[in-house]
Amino acid sequence: MNFEGKDVISIRDYSKDELLYILKIAKKMENSRKKLLDGKIMASLFFEPSTRTRFSFISAMEQLGGQVMGFAKANITSASKGETLWDTIKMVEQYSDVIVIRNPIEGAARLAAEASSIPVINAGDGSNQHPTQTMLDLYTIQKTKGTLDNLHIGFCGDLKYGRTVHSLTIAMSMFNAKMYFIAPEDLQMPEEYLEELRHKKILFQKTSTINEVISKLDVLYMTRIQKERFPDPMEYQRLKGVYQIGLEILKNAKKELKIMHPLPRVDEIKPELDNTPNAVYFQQAGYGIHVRKALLALVLGKIR
Amino acid sequence: MKELKISAIREGTVIDHIPAKNTFKVAEILDLALYENVTSVATNLGSKKMSKKGIVKIGGRELTEQEVDKVALIAPEATVSIIKNYEVKKKFSLKIPDKIIGIMKCSNPKCITNVDKVATRFSVVKSKPLEARCDYCERVMKEDELVLL
Repeated sequence: MNFEGKDVISIRDYSKDELLYILKIAKKMENSRKKLLDGKIMASLFFEPSTRTRFSFISAMEQLGGQVMGFAKANITSASKGETLWDTIKMVEQYSDVIVIRNPIEGAARLAAEASSIPVINAGDGSNQHPTQTMLDLYTIQKTKGTLDNLHIGFCGDLKYGRTVHSLTIAMSMFNAKMYFIAPEDLQMPEEYLEELRHKKILFQKTSTINEVISKLDVLYMTRIQKERFPDPMEYQRLKGVYQIGLEILKNAKKELKIMHPLPRVDEIKPELDNTPNAVYFQQAGYGIHVRKALLALVLGKIR
Repeated sequence: MKELKISAIREGTVIDHIPAKNTFKVAEILDLALYENVTSVATNLGSKKMSKKGIVKIGGRELTEQEVDKVALIAPEATVSIIKNYEVKKKFSLKIPDKIIGIMKCSNPKCITNVDKVATRFSVVKSKPLEARCDYCERVMKEDELVLL
């Protein structure tokens, strides 16, 4: 498979085979310190705050011997002077070999890819897509469960605004997962995703309590109720802290249950779970580097 | 002989089998209010194919591809006849295109197409009733959210 010059914008652009290939390369990257990207420059355009994703991309690029330029705040760029995204990208592509972009406007990454002649990697566009997070989520599941096929996976928390949940749902539907959507009605999975699952004949169940389904789960994917995505602050106050899990959750769970979280967490997972073999959320964050190294090397044509 | 409700045209385009409720919308998206040639608009006509239909006849004008795509969105079962010298030269049924480009608005206020000057682009998921996914923000829009540009 040749990914040279390819953009990474949406998980929808990838087939099951392509995803499995990326995960295979990510595994190879785990112990590799080869300077595959020596002399290459990554432009890191973060129009919205991020620590994990941004650091992980920077670290991935530097581990591969490449260099990074960029910004982590939109107000220091020409965007604050009214420059369009299209023009910003047209300028940046002159100075770099690959662009990593996070922007709160949905569809911004797709537009950037259309403007750019060099590969663009989407590091999150509003509540739409965050494909590299999804790939590292898949990598975590594959690594900790040994397979991606036929798993029972529960998604809990903010399923309405949570883009990681939306993308992972699409990805896991390629692997015949059975899905459980655990959320209060106001934060439930948007109907368009449920319709897509019905269309693909993927089984799912909606519920508002974890206890109802915990015994069936192979993976529990927790999410934070994201303050920044709520149009109405009162609605946020009403719904925050609705799910909190601690050691008691394990009582009725399968012994091999794995608990994931895209992080940062607020109070939805108590620290008492951190040292259990079930908690894999910190590992998950670490796996991001391998996946991002794989993607950078692939789109820059250094691995074929 | 059945009486013609509206007169025949010598040259131009006839759009038949428009759902009656959208007849005037078709006239609107084709800017017929400002059109200076002979134009007839009839609606609430009886039809074998549908309960009530509309017909629009536009003298001296052939529709552009973009206009045809626009009409297809609100009258997906309409037929279009191109008339030359009172005779039908070409007749075709409308079809919703696979890609809808630059003619409808994305309903997501946070979509880049509503922020920067970008032509909208949708991929049709389902044509009846219409469902189309924005190529940018990936939101699926349904027929009742449709706003033409």
